[in-house]
Amino acid sequence: MKAYGTVHKYGDNVDTDVIIPARYLNSSDPAELAKKCMEDIDADFVNRVKPGDIMVANKNFGCGSSREHAPIAIKASGISCVIAETFARIFYRNAINIGLPIIECPEAAKGIEAGDMVEVDFDSGMIYNKTKGTEFKGQAFPPFMQEIIKNGGLINNINSKNK
Amino acid sequence: MGMTMTQKILAKHAGLPTVSAGQLIEADLDLVLGNDVTTPVAIHEMDKFNKKEVFDKEKIALVMDHFTPNKDIKSAEHCKCVRQFSCANEIKNFFDVGEMGIEHALLPEKGLIVAGETCIGADSHTCTYGALGAFSTGVGSTDMAAGMVTGKAWFKVPSAIKFNIVGEKAPWVSGKDVILHIIGMIGVDGALYKSMEFVGEGIKNLTMDDRFTIANMAIEAGAKNGIFPVDELTEEYMKEHSTKSYTKYEADADAEYDEEYTIDLSTLKPTVAFPHLPENTKTIDEVGDIKIDQVVIGSCTNGRISDMRIAAEIIKGRHVAKGLRVIVIPGTQEVYLQMLDEGLTKIFIEAGAIVSTPTCGPCLGGHMGVMAAGERAVSTTNRNFVGRMGHVDSEVYLASPAVAAASAITGKISGPSDLGL
Repeated sequence: MKAYGTVHKYGDNVDTDVIIPARYLNSSDPAELAKKCMEDIDADFVNRVKPGDIMVANKNFGCGSSREHAPIAIKASGISCVIAETFARIFYRNAINIGLPIIECPEAAKGIEAGDMVEVDFDSGMIYNKTKGTEFKGQAFPPFMQEIIKNGGLINNINSKNK
Repeated sequence: MGMTMTQKILAKHAGLPTVSAGQLIEADLDLVLGNDVTTPVAIHEMDKFNKKEVFDKEKIALVMDHFTPNKDIKSAEHCKCVRQFSCANEIKNFFDVGEMGIEHALLPEKGLIVAGETCIGADSHTCTYGALGAFSTGVGSTDMAAGMVTGKAWFKVPSAIKFNIVGEKAPWVSGKDVILHIIGMIGVDGALYKSMEFVGEGIKNLTMDDRFTIANMAIEAGAKNGIFPVDELTEEYMKEHSTKSYTKYEADADAEYDEEYTIDLSTLKPTVAFPHLPENTKTIDEVGDIKIDQVVIGSCTNGRISDMRIAAEIIKGRHVAKGLRVIVIPGTQEVYLQMLDEGLTKIFIEAGAIVSTPTCGPCLGGHMGVMAAGERAVSTTNRNFVGRMGHVDSEVYLASPAVAAASAITGKISGPSDLGL
């Protein structure tokens, strides 16, 4: 499986309140949440984002509230992968559980800029910056998490064991 | 190699003799928690399961606390969805308006969680119950759904940071100042994926409410959980609030820690976290002249009776500054009743503050105190991110109930000493 798209770049400590502000948590509809995604940090994101685009950020991406609405909004906005130096742990779990591909890679986070065209190969964990001609090796998921991702999220994974 | 306190609880619940940091395990859950924002998503996810029954009707707690009493039609629909689910599944611990409180103030008070147990909650501040010597951590709605059906959750066993607490607090210094000091020191990702284990002779000088506040904000340092040893005070609290049997765990003497810090309580001063991260801390003497528009006293961090008593002690006989909005929110109905019995509600109202029913409301910019552009609040809540309490150009300064109460009187960020206290 591969992702290829234009990069939207963010800094340190992007919290789930700016990914999807609480004033929109009276909805749990992915399409509705996607319309407000990143509103408080990058109001133009929803106008720029195209299906398949990639989000890249520095450390502690997704910190704060446990709202699963945050990865749901990112996924529904069309983002195919989030690359970060590090992820906050609840966001990390939530992304895996709902099937939003994420990769931790400090070098890629530093070596990729907004607007770069980037390809991610999930099987090898390789990240290619096509604009700059550079490549990075992301951290591979442990087999347990690969299985969840392969089965399309936590619940499908549990179902596959309890048929 | 020995195990930390957290690792021992996880090993027991995974049915393993030992576990070590980094190991992936599946652990049995003693409690699964959700609120009115996260539970509807979990209920929707549950529909995807082959098996749709809950694992144990008595081990699920659903608390309608974020946008309640409902602020709009959409949030009313969310609560209705959870109400119908609770009824259909005979969930014993469903707390609606009238019975509910802010979840992390409510659950310990109701005795639903005790030492040695495991809990996941679809709310990041679920780490609060570490104050009781339990393993509890925040998760998302899908984990909650899986927990409600299977009674289990997957965990990567965390490594730990040890905080050796020594000394005694100065007057007006509380648990909030301890945890803000620690977050200021290690940063908002200083404990990422890790346990924060608090130990040491100074623990006895921290009240249970101090410990709840400290464990509550472990997530603000990125931690998986924060946990306290079980002492006489913890046992007294659990016996008063719960009929459940509990298990005391202690870290092994040779447990390994990634880092160790000593926190001398006697050196701490009232501390304020500036916008827009909890790590941007300054002590009260470094704050300067910052005029404010709103004060919030309450939340899962500081909505307990001792928080209300501290604030009332400062506010009693004084009046809130002209033009300032002061919102006091008891964490639970029980706290509200105690406030009435002790005359605290009267003190706040006579001083020009309002006293609300329990709700998370303003903490997350939901309702009951949303701010306009350019406004500033001093708040006893837990997050001061961009737009957290309303407009993206509003600001939140995190502080203790003592600092919030003193600021309510002066109209700018102040400590009790500014009132001659």
